[in-house]
Amino acid sequence: MKMPRPDPAPIARRSELIERLQAIVPGEGVIFDKDALRAYESDGLSAYRQPPLVAVLPRTTAEVAAVLRLANEIGVKVVPRGAGTSLSGGALPLADGILLGMARFNRVLEIDYDNRCAVVQPGVTNLAITQAVAGRGFYYAPDPSSQIACTIGGNVAENSGGVHCLKYGMTVNNVLGLEMVLINGDVVRLGGKHLDPGGLDLLGVMNGSEGLLGVVTEVTVRIQRRPSTARAVLIGFPSNETAGDCVAAVIAAGMVPGGMEMMDRPAIHAAEDYVHAGYPLDVEALLIVELDGPAAEVDHLIGRVETIARAAGAVSLRVSASEDERLALWAGRKAAFPAVGRISPDYYCMDGTIPRGALPRVLRGIGEMSEKYALKVANVFHAGDGNLHPLILYDANHPGELERAEAFGGDILKLCVEVGGVLTGEHGVGVEKRDLMVHQFTETDLNHQQRVKCAFDPGGLLNPGKMFPQLHRCAELGAMHVRGGKLPFPNLPRY
Amino acid sequence: MTETVRPRDEAEVVAAVEWAAGNQQPVELVGAGSKRGWGRPVEAQAVLDLSGLSGVTLYEPNELVLTARPGTTLGVLEDALAGGRQHLAFEPPDLGPLLGRPAGQGTLGGAIACNLAGPRRIKDGAARDHFLGVKAVSGRGEAFKAGGRVVKNVTGYDVCKLLAGSFGTLAAMTEITVKVLPAPEQTRTLVIAGLDDLAAVRALTQALQSPHEISGAAHLPAALAARSGVAKIAGIGSSATLLRLEGFGPSVKARVESLQGELAGFGDLAALTDLDSKALWREIADVSCLVDEPERPVWRLSVPPAQGAQVVGRIRETLAVDAFFDWGGGLIWLAAPADAEAAGAGAVRAALTPWGGQASLVRASAATRASLPVFQPEAPTLAALSARVRAGFDPLRILNRGRLTADS
Repeated sequence: MKMPRPDPAPIARRSELIERLQAIVPGEGVIFDKDALRAYESDGLSAYRQPPLVAVLPRTTAEVAAVLRLANEIGVKVVPRGAGTSLSGGALPLADGILLGMARFNRVLEIDYDNRCAVVQPGVTNLAITQAVAGRGFYYAPDPSSQIACTIGGNVAENSGGVHCLKYGMTVNNVLGLEMVLINGDVVRLGGKHLDPGGLDLLGVMNGSEGLLGVVTEVTVRIQRRPSTARAVLIGFPSNETAGDCVAAVIAAGMVPGGMEMMDRPAIHAAEDYVHAGYPLDVEALLIVELDGPAAEVDHLIGRVETIARAAGAVSLRVSASEDERLALWAGRKAAFPAVGRISPDYYCMDGTIPRGALPRVLRGIGEMSEKYALKVANVFHAGDGNLHPLILYDANHPGELERAEAFGGDILKLCVEVGGVLTGEHGVGVEKRDLMVHQFTETDLNHQQRVKCAFDPGGLLNPGKMFPQLHRCAELGAMHVRGGKLPFPNLPRY
Repeated sequence: MTETVRPRDEAEVVAAVEWAAGNQQPVELVGAGSKRGWGRPVEAQAVLDLSGLSGVTLYEPNELVLTARPGTTLGVLEDALAGGRQHLAFEPPDLGPLLGRPAGQGTLGGAIACNLAGPRRIKDGAARDHFLGVKAVSGRGEAFKAGGRVVKNVTGYDVCKLLAGSFGTLAAMTEITVKVLPAPEQTRTLVIAGLDDLAAVRALTQALQSPHEISGAAHLPAALAARSGVAKIAGIGSSATLLRLEGFGPSVKARVESLQGELAGFGDLAALTDLDSKALWREIADVSCLVDEPERPVWRLSVPPAQGAQVVGRIRETLAVDAFFDWGGGLIWLAAPADAEAAGAGAVRAALTPWGGQASLVRASAATRASLPVFQPEAPTLAALSARVRAGFDPLRILNRGRLTADS
């Protein structure tokens, strides 16, 4: 994957840039030591590394605005960063760009239980929000697997999901308000504590904008009461098809489980070897169905799920009888990624979403590709919402294997698009899937997206090299060539 | 004379918008026209009537997804979904009667374009939260798509969010994909009689802080409760504070009992059964109690829910209004006096200042709607940003010119 060619001008003026940044962010907030900068050289997509020109860690919205204004004035690129857990390279630095770290924005500003919301700074971690409100029985619903480390600002940038998002939504469905700074230093507030901000939904489009539109400096999130009960069922199936049938039947029966996760045989074995969760090893697919809500509801629905699972051909079935047992059932799934990391020097995690009905076809296709590329693969699947995470096993020390794994991953994602799905369900496009965008979108589609970018950042200084395969100049995109005159369809009904 | 163009497919929509752009001829986008009176009067002599693009093109209940053309009426959609025991969880209201139009005409395109949401907004979100994918023709006369047909998707910017609530100022939609959800098996409503606005919002707040998954939280003051078509509410002889619980039978029963205990301090909690519940929440969604007296301006306010009663209290200091609360106090529907200066905009918008929020004038004469900001004015930097976003899609301001703001 190529990043934009570094611009020699800001590199030549590095010391001047450092001085001007130090005038904005005093103390140790400007990092320019080569060794210290290595801490920022990559994010969760660790195959790619690039130390930034300089890193700056502002503390206030005014400092962020001044940094962006400076960057805009002298034409230097800016890469925003939360905790750096992006799996798609969203926070990959640029050799000629400023790395804008938001880690110092780490305060919970207000908890408003009456309005069921919390106002937090973007560097607060996802889990810290839940911890701040847990005492009153509340929580913040989206729970990406990196929730211990990832920040809410990063969650907004990536529109993060998690295992519970079929029922509780993604980040965008749980954010009420934002304060953000544009590249020209303008501070804009979107939404607030009310549900319906009105006007164009810029709040909606900021979620998942991958740091290309603005830098978020404050987030108002919805908090809600934690369901009083949660129980999980672990169900083993003789084939991926029967497991898929069971998922469809659960949905058809009118249930929206809090979580519905599927693992294939290689994933089951890797997880069981690692955490000894007691998973059956003689099945082809495992399904975890979690039901949450009032005890009366959960008990009622567990019975329905059992009936459906048996009818679909389940060969093993275990219902959690206690909270400890529920957590044990989840332990293997939650450890699936590190478990795969144990059996392979490196793995590459993909993130396509497909219409659930296409699962057997896609898994068959992945199996064939695995043979073609001579790389093993383990699949975990957010079965409820069709979000597939194939983990491609490779060894970066073997020349050519990373490239082979990337080509394999690209083929998987193209297959996802072919069956009516999308390139990324929750990890974002970033650097990783940038060049695949043309398989999902036409040039006209992408131009309409890029004009949104132009409205926010006409100079293309915020996080360039991410999301779009090629950035057109905004002046070129803005031009409109009108064909004047008569309606080309004489038959068009007119009244 | 107004010219109306009625395309039958995407290619004809492209042709129509190209023609409009080529002639610098702004067009008003219309579906069934049920919400045509909401917003500033559009500055256009020509109408682009999208009602010819109708019909469900894909419905896969097991995938929780439905695709339809924008002119499909909500009634047709609801019938199709009922076959799969599913529904549009955002509960789109029918604002036709409030705006002086017949009931039952609203379309999917209109519901999305206005980002509508009914009482279930507090639990399941608004139209924008269920809007998965779109095909549309921008003001450039170019057909494009965004989003997809799967519920979990972060590929590229979420342009669907921009189209939802844009009131047709960015693009003419030609195909819409939405998430659909299982319809609840059972519905119950708990009614508390006799609370004033402040106490009612406190009761709603307490209920919404519970884990009981409330899917409707409204308060009708006595004068408006009396207008209900549900006999048990019309005859209550006082205000009615309402909490809806939906879901599987055993779950609803357990939650009703818990809530009756937890809110006992506010008074008796009588329960309405399925039929009465459904009729009542339909009325609340559709603002039925303010349909009569069409000469009175009607406002829709979205505010921090716990402050809803205080907002109305401040408005009442200077204006005699009828108001009721939905979304736990966070949505206020308010009828101002017919002769209020500027439809009461001064008092309504001043009341928002302490806590934030926004107010939109939903019903008023065209002359009134042309004379004041119908939608909440935005801060200058935000307004400028929104205008740039709009210009990206529709640089010549061909689509619904002037509907959102005088210079949009």
